[in-house]
Amino acid sequence: MNSSCSRRRWLGWLGSGLGWLAALPAAKAAKSTVKNLLTSSGAPKGYDPTKHQWLMCIDVDRCIGCGLCVDACKIENKVSASPHYFRTWIERYLIRKPKPGQLALRGEVTVDSPNGGRDGFPPTLVPKSEILKAFYVPKLCNLCEHSPCSQACPVGATFDTPDGAVLVDPEYCIGCGFCIQACPYGCRFMNPDTHTAEKCTLCYHRITRGLKPACVEVCPTQTRIFGDLKNMTEKDPVQEFIRNNKVFTLKPNLGTEPRVLYANIDKEVR
Amino acid sequence: MNSFLFLAQLGVETAAPHVEGFAYPNEQHVLWSILIVIYPYITGLVAGAFIMASLVKVFNVRALAPVYRLALLTALAFLICAPMPLLLHLGHPERCLQVMMTPHLSSPMAMFGFVYAWYIMAVLLLELWLEYRHDFVRWGQTEPGLQGALYRLLTLGARDVSPEALKFDEKLSSIVTLIGIPSAFLLHGYVGFIFGSIKANPWWGNVLMPVIFIFSAIVSGIALCVFIYTELNWFRGREVDDECLDEMGKFLFYALLLDFSIEGLDWLHRLYSADESIHVLKQLAAGKLFNTMLVGQLFCGTLIPLLLLGSTQVFRQQIPRFVRRRIYYFSALLIMAGVLLMRWNVVIGGQLFSKSLRGFTTFKFELAGQEGWLVGLTLMVLPYLILWLFLRVFLPAKYDKVGHSQGPLHSAV
Repeated sequence: MNSSCSRRRWLGWLGSGLGWLAALPAAKAAKSTVKNLLTSSGAPKGYDPTKHQWLMCIDVDRCIGCGLCVDACKIENKVSASPHYFRTWIERYLIRKPKPGQLALRGEVTVDSPNGGRDGFPPTLVPKSEILKAFYVPKLCNLCEHSPCSQACPVGATFDTPDGAVLVDPEYCIGCGFCIQACPYGCRFMNPDTHTAEKCTLCYHRITRGLKPACVEVCPTQTRIFGDLKNMTEKDPVQEFIRNNKVFTLKPNLGTEPRVLYANIDKEVR
Repeated sequence: MNSFLFLAQLGVETAAPHVEGFAYPNEQHVLWSILIVIYPYITGLVAGAFIMASLVKVFNVRALAPVYRLALLTALAFLICAPMPLLLHLGHPERCLQVMMTPHLSSPMAMFGFVYAWYIMAVLLLELWLEYRHDFVRWGQTEPGLQGALYRLLTLGARDVSPEALKFDEKLSSIVTLIGIPSAFLLHGYVGFIFGSIKANPWWGNVLMPVIFIFSAIVSGIALCVFIYTELNWFRGREVDDECLDEMGKFLFYALLLDFSIEGLDWLHRLYSADESIHVLKQLAAGKLFNTMLVGQLFCGTLIPLLLLGSTQVFRQQIPRFVRRRIYYFSALLIMAGVLLMRWNVVIGGQLFSKSLRGFTTFKFELAGQEGWLVGLTLMVLPYLILWLFLRVFLPAKYDKVGHSQGPLHSAV
């Protein structure tokens, strides 16, 4: 009697287990359908995000601070013309020589980004003789592997796409600003017209159609190198970039694992 | 280009005039303003007032029985207003229900709706109903007109006032309070976690943040009860219960001491570990937050009340009653202002420096507008108006002659 009861119970468990297993794909399909319904990425039909893994490399030494990338981004993505909203921008770092008698290898650091570098940079006030070195650093969404902004969004309006982009669904964003606070790189802002969070999408509407992001397209010095980790060739510019440079990410201590890689940046760059 | 040259020749940096040093272009304006300052302040008052009430039920502090109902009603009045600043600050308030319909479970903010609903429905309203049911039945029979009808309605049809039924109410009420304490901790610890979880911001991203928020909430809640209890008695021309006030003063002092110690520990840890953010944080505290943090929060809102309340603990017998009353009242006001400034320093202070750790921006307080003075002031006054209404309906002077409810006395027996 006991054994039959036990067998019956076992069969019951097995049956329910199989039932759950069978329901799993259906649940997954339902989740993906809901997700598709609730989020809009702007990708064309037929684009398979699982077949790509986008990344960006920045060769800082090549940047001349012309601001074309910032301008192109503003135009392409209809970003507000105000000097307080940028999906990408350029920072100018100016490191002075140490003062006479100062026991240091480098002096004061000045950083600026007038109008995000869109109009280029005005001549610096610091006399040339006092400058140790100066360089430009283009900034954009860091495409974090563990994106704190997506983690923080209370409704899932910000989400990581399988191909590595981090997008915002403006139709679903409630405009709480938590993602803006959570981004360590200052890459997000509240769109003053739509009152929703906005950020660099890697020009998702372009890259899903086989084009490069606008900032990459217009860069005259090939500072920005755009690549697809899942479709790398031996002579891919990304491969060469990694081979030829010491590669860094910004704020690595935060564990966000950015997929925007910088070559040869100084420790002053944050 | 020419304008930049002109600025450069004038010796002005190319940064915007309200930015000192360098800030990322997107972070030159403070995003979270007065409404997000008020939100943790109000929830803190709720949690603190509830914990104050629970001292009577769970910890059997009989001296506090006169403020039991007052504390619960205060908590409810403020809790009703708690979501308002959050709702008003949203870019799309009409989408607010999405937080509950499709919560993103990795976000601490997504939990707000659930924590709030749990706290108001499962804890506060239930506790109040159990506390008041007996009176609702009695008042429903004696009060005429609309007010009587309201009391009868609020019994929800449960009109059994037999000793067994009341005993059951008592038992259930104690259980609800017992659940309520961790819930109050959850309500406000969670608010602290919203800030503490942001690792991008060294001013916020701190494991002690939820603990600091909980203790400052307790302190502000008790201070609020002292303030309202004193005001109510003054307004109704009634003597305050000095034993009760002394007891509240005692709890206020020890809670403030604990709060001060934990915040001190936080600073000690920051200064000792001295990570890369310490320079900018020190500049922040000594510069932009000098008035609100060092003068307002630390000196006026913490050290002076500590000294005043401490004196009542050490020299209680020597200090005349009327002086003690004024000390409690004055300390409570200072503490409430100090905790409000603490919220200001956390919320606004955390946005005044750039995440590049290279500069500061300036906060401009609007008068009107969505996040202006006027809206802020309205939200600060509204809970008091609601409380005034509650006191008229649920703590009417004629039923409040003895100054305490039946419930806590029953439980205390």
